[in-house]
Amino acid sequence: MSKTSRTLITMPKTASKGEIIEIKAIVQHDMETGFRHTEQGKLIPRDIIRVFTCQYNGAEVFKADFFPAVGANPLLIFTVIATTSGTLQFSWAGDDGYLATNQSQITVT
Amino acid sequence: MCPLYSRVVILVGLQLMLFHATQLSAADPRQSSYQLMSTENKAMQDDPSLNPATFAILDGQSAWQEKLGSSNQACASCHGDAAKSMQGVATRYPQLVDGKLTNLEGRINQCRVEKQKVKLLPYESKELLSLLAYISVQSKGMPIQIMATPATQPYLEAGKRHFNQRIGQLNLSCRQCHEERAGEKLAGIPIPQAHPTAYPIYRLEWQSVGSLQRRLRNCMIGVRAEPYAYGSKELTELELFLMMRANGMPLEAPGVRP
Amino acid sequence: MKNQRRQLLKALGIIGLLPLQQAHATPEEAATAINSIIGANTVKEGRVQLELASLIENGNLVTIKVSTDSPMSQSDYVKAIHLVAERNPLPNILSAYFTPQSGTANFTTRIRLADTQRVWAIAQMSDGSFYQTHADTLVTSSACSEGFI
Repeated sequence: MSKTSRTLITMPKTASKGEIIEIKAIVQHDMETGFRHTEQGKLIPRDIIRVFTCQYNGAEVFKADFFPAVGANPLLIFTVIATTSGTLQFSWAGDDGYLATNQSQITVT
Repeated sequence: MCPLYSRVVILVGLQLMLFHATQLSAADPRQSSYQLMSTENKAMQDDPSLNPATFAILDGQSAWQEKLGSSNQACASCHGDAAKSMQGVATRYPQLVDGKLTNLEGRINQCRVEKQKVKLLPYESKELLSLLAYISVQSKGMPIQIMATPATQPYLEAGKRHFNQRIGQLNLSCRQCHEERAGEKLAGIPIPQAHPTAYPIYRLEWQSVGSLQRRLRNCMIGVRAEPYAYGSKELTELELFLMMRANGMPLEAPGVRP
Repeated sequence: MKNQRRQLLKALGIIGLLPLQQAHATPEEAATAINSIIGANTVKEGRVQLELASLIENGNLVTIKVSTDSPMSQSDYVKAIHLVAERNPLPNILSAYFTPQSGTANFTTRIRLADTQRVWAIAQMSDGSFYQTHADTLVTSSACSEGFI
């Protein structure tokens, strides 16, 4: 697996103050479990994303620890309260120095 | 949100409306295997923000713009905006190109070799599949439109022979499961009619995007037959027959299947 | 003759090789994983719900939804939800950590389920209490597999 890959964030661009918004975060990653074998019987080593974090204007609001049982191209749908305008920062870190980041702006009125 | 991605969403959204509009009449006994999926997997197919094949589309979108070869040509150099130039294309393949029965992968490769002057992409390579996905999604919701002509007739008949031919250690033909027993259960799962409406698909079994030919080879291995090679005459003829058999059914690409 | 064939197969490493089989955790190992989450605390049923299809066509990518009853206020919110499987090679699936800024402790993800089994969701509240729920599901797989048989 390469050191980074595509990510996709789906969330509203605007919200009213106090509104609970839904965020969909999906990342392109095989999530090799470490339990599969090649046809020759050789074990394919584990290579997964281990941590996902979401920061809202620098403060961590959501985090998830991934284990090998998380499916390929991991999807997370979670919520956040829209408080102030600013940036939501997303990051995925994993085995073999894997790191992917994405961000989304939100305007809160 | 990435502007490229939002374009995909709008495109898919519009074509999804078209998809519902071109539903088959009530009398048509044909059914896409989409109907056999769980609610969750249907949602996975319908929503680009959930569909793992979306990444393949985005890769294809980038590849479309990539200038290659000594002539420094990208697909976009000749074909411009794929949303316009590639609309309907995936509904018409396989077809005869310079007298040879060619599927969409073959057509992409022909362009690469002859026009861009670069090496062809191997079947099932990430690069070829992403271009295939990107081109196919431009026809999402449109009805499959294979033209039956005197020239294609022998290929169609060959494809039909392959469909009816018993093969493999299990000595089964496509027809026996997918025509005669479609809707019945095999290992607890309903047998689909096997219409290639959604290709390329993200198959959960493969955990990746794959082509119709991969799926056909998969089936051949399933009945313990030696599968035809990728890009072979036999597989392309079978593709033609299957697409013809699904004529009029809306294209769902890129699909999700279990 | 039978013995000779057995010797040959053994020599080729074929005997005892069960394709597609992998070690499965047991409900006991899952319970151990849950206990290490809960520690010395007690766990009650309720306040967390799992939405998981009862029949799954392919265990490679299973959509699972978790929801909780919680005001998600500064003083009373869900700190974490842990998903644990009884019959995967490893019991832990995913752990999600929330804050009062989360709004809800509802989330959706897609997981691997190796076999028909029970999946647990353990919710850890900000006051240190634990709640749990479970869902049972039947996992089938494709009739025509691509790999060697």
